[in-house]
Amino acid sequence: MTTVEQVVLSAPASQRPQSRAWRKLKANKGALVGLAIITFFTVLALTAPLLPIADPNGTNWSAIRKAPSAAYWLGTDDIGRDILARMIWGAQASLLAGVLSVAIAVVIGVPFGLVSGYFGGWIDQIISRITEAFLAMPFLITAIALAAFLGPSLMNAMIAIGLSAMPVFIRLTRGQVLSVKNEDYVEGARSIGLRHYTIIKRYILPNVFAPILVQATLMIATAIIAEASLSFLGLGQQPPAPSWGSMLNVAKNYLSQAPWMAMWPGAAIFLVVIGFNLLGDGLRDALDPREA
Amino acid sequence: MYSYIAKRLLVAIPTLLIISVFVFSLQKLLPGDPVLAMAGEERDPQVIEYLREKYRLNDPVPIQYAHWLGSALQGDLGISLRTNLPVLTLVGQKLPVTIQLAIMSMIFAFAIGIPMGILAAVKKNTALDYIANVVALSGLSIPNFWLGIMLILLVSVNLGWLPASGYRPFFEDPLNSIKTMLMPAFVLGNALAATLMRHTRSAMLSVLSADYIRTARAKGLSERKVVLEHSFRNAVLPIVTLSALLFGELLAGAVLTEQIFTIPGFGKLIVDAVFTRDYAVVQGVVLCTAIGFILMNLIADVLYVVLNPRMRANL
Repeated sequence: MTTVEQVVLSAPASQRPQSRAWRKLKANKGALVGLAIITFFTVLALTAPLLPIADPNGTNWSAIRKAPSAAYWLGTDDIGRDILARMIWGAQASLLAGVLSVAIAVVIGVPFGLVSGYFGGWIDQIISRITEAFLAMPFLITAIALAAFLGPSLMNAMIAIGLSAMPVFIRLTRGQVLSVKNEDYVEGARSIGLRHYTIIKRYILPNVFAPILVQATLMIATAIIAEASLSFLGLGQQPPAPSWGSMLNVAKNYLSQAPWMAMWPGAAIFLVVIGFNLLGDGLRDALDPREA
Repeated sequence: MYSYIAKRLLVAIPTLLIISVFVFSLQKLLPGDPVLAMAGEERDPQVIEYLREKYRLNDPVPIQYAHWLGSALQGDLGISLRTNLPVLTLVGQKLPVTIQLAIMSMIFAFAIGIPMGILAAVKKNTALDYIANVVALSGLSIPNFWLGIMLILLVSVNLGWLPASGYRPFFEDPLNSIKTMLMPAFVLGNALAATLMRHTRSAMLSVLSADYIRTARAKGLSERKVVLEHSFRNAVLPIVTLSALLFGELLAGAVLTEQIFTIPGFGKLIVDAVFTRDYAVVQGVVLCTAIGFILMNLIADVLYVVLNPRMRANL
């Protein structure tokens, strides 16, 4: 174990960076509200098969476009499906799309950013130019184009969103690596002959992790909106499988007859996105070493 | 200054080349053989061969790219399968509609975002600041297509104040054109207002704590003068450059707004093209958007230099 690690680990638990960040996060009311919203929707999405709700795809032709009532808490849609059930199952699609597409962006983007920033030279030049080019293409247009060419499905929408978001992580990681790669502890690791892979894994990655985590949290919010947008356009989740975006797509045709069809899915997207934005802002404040 | 612009333009060339490779590669992502789709149900081998020759699909991919790029550089982005019109003509027809929408959205964003940002900074840590922050966070979190649907429900369906959809060209009928664009512009400008508010607040906060502001106050200047003339003028620089970048974003954000309000603009063009499998149009729109975005980046950089005397001196 290196001296730096010994010093950090021998420090009292309350003085460790993780404990300090956690304390600051717990003190941030906005972040806690965000965390509560995300937890609520995550639990709903995970327990959907266990909840005593109607079949999200089950139609009832005698209950078409029924307003919210005791029988149908959030009303029914154009072919008599229970909106509450579709909302809960739709949460699965939205959260899964948000998390998985950002995971794709992080898993591909971060290694490229690490390599680009750490090695510099021609590798950096090539990766940076390609990243700049992709950053010059607006996120949603790229996602729409990719989803259109890959074919409409939730998986392809996630891939499209992930690939469109990837350049953000390459640039962020590269910038962070550039700011730490000349630090004494990295120079020290180099001077004792550690391999590049070990230096990146043990000394660089942990020190660039915080801003990536913040960006990933905020990006989940963007990805959820992007998935809803693609599903709204018919390029994401395909019917009859429920997703908030595709529910809004149908709902816009019945605005005057059944406004509740449009209200709930949009409100859910808004709440989840605000949750991730609040948590992301809170994490940024908590992990900012300048505010230690 | 001219050499700076020329240098920035040169830097944009490799970026554009990489984008062109991406746009060209999109068609290679298509599942199946595109020629079989074009050849119809009969799939006559002679027709298939003719189409392969016509679209140079028998050539190696790099040669296909070189031909495609050569045509694109001459303004030939292909022919729309749906309308039989050149893609560039279609883009030229639709772009003014989206630019009008983008300009009106920017006006909304400026009118809401900047005063809110200034007020939030001046009244830092007061109820007003918190409200402005909550409004900005909501603006950033609300999906604009849902906001559009809700506004149609409230303003058009229930109150009957504004039309729910449609478009009138500005130079034919300015009043009705503005009327039909009010709601879409508000929807599109809403998230930008939130972004502008956050940036204005943070730029103003850093200026308001500067020594020269303390000096201005010590000299007995009115608060209005201190805020608007001394602080805002110095905080405006990042806001102007950000606005140029946001304008490029607006072109992309218009996709969903135009879809909801049935505005025949650039955004609707790409969505319609996607559903009619008019891939040349999809490619053309992506390429033109990227070029527009790079241009706006360039304008932002130039504006930064023009407005910042220290940068000007270093040129």
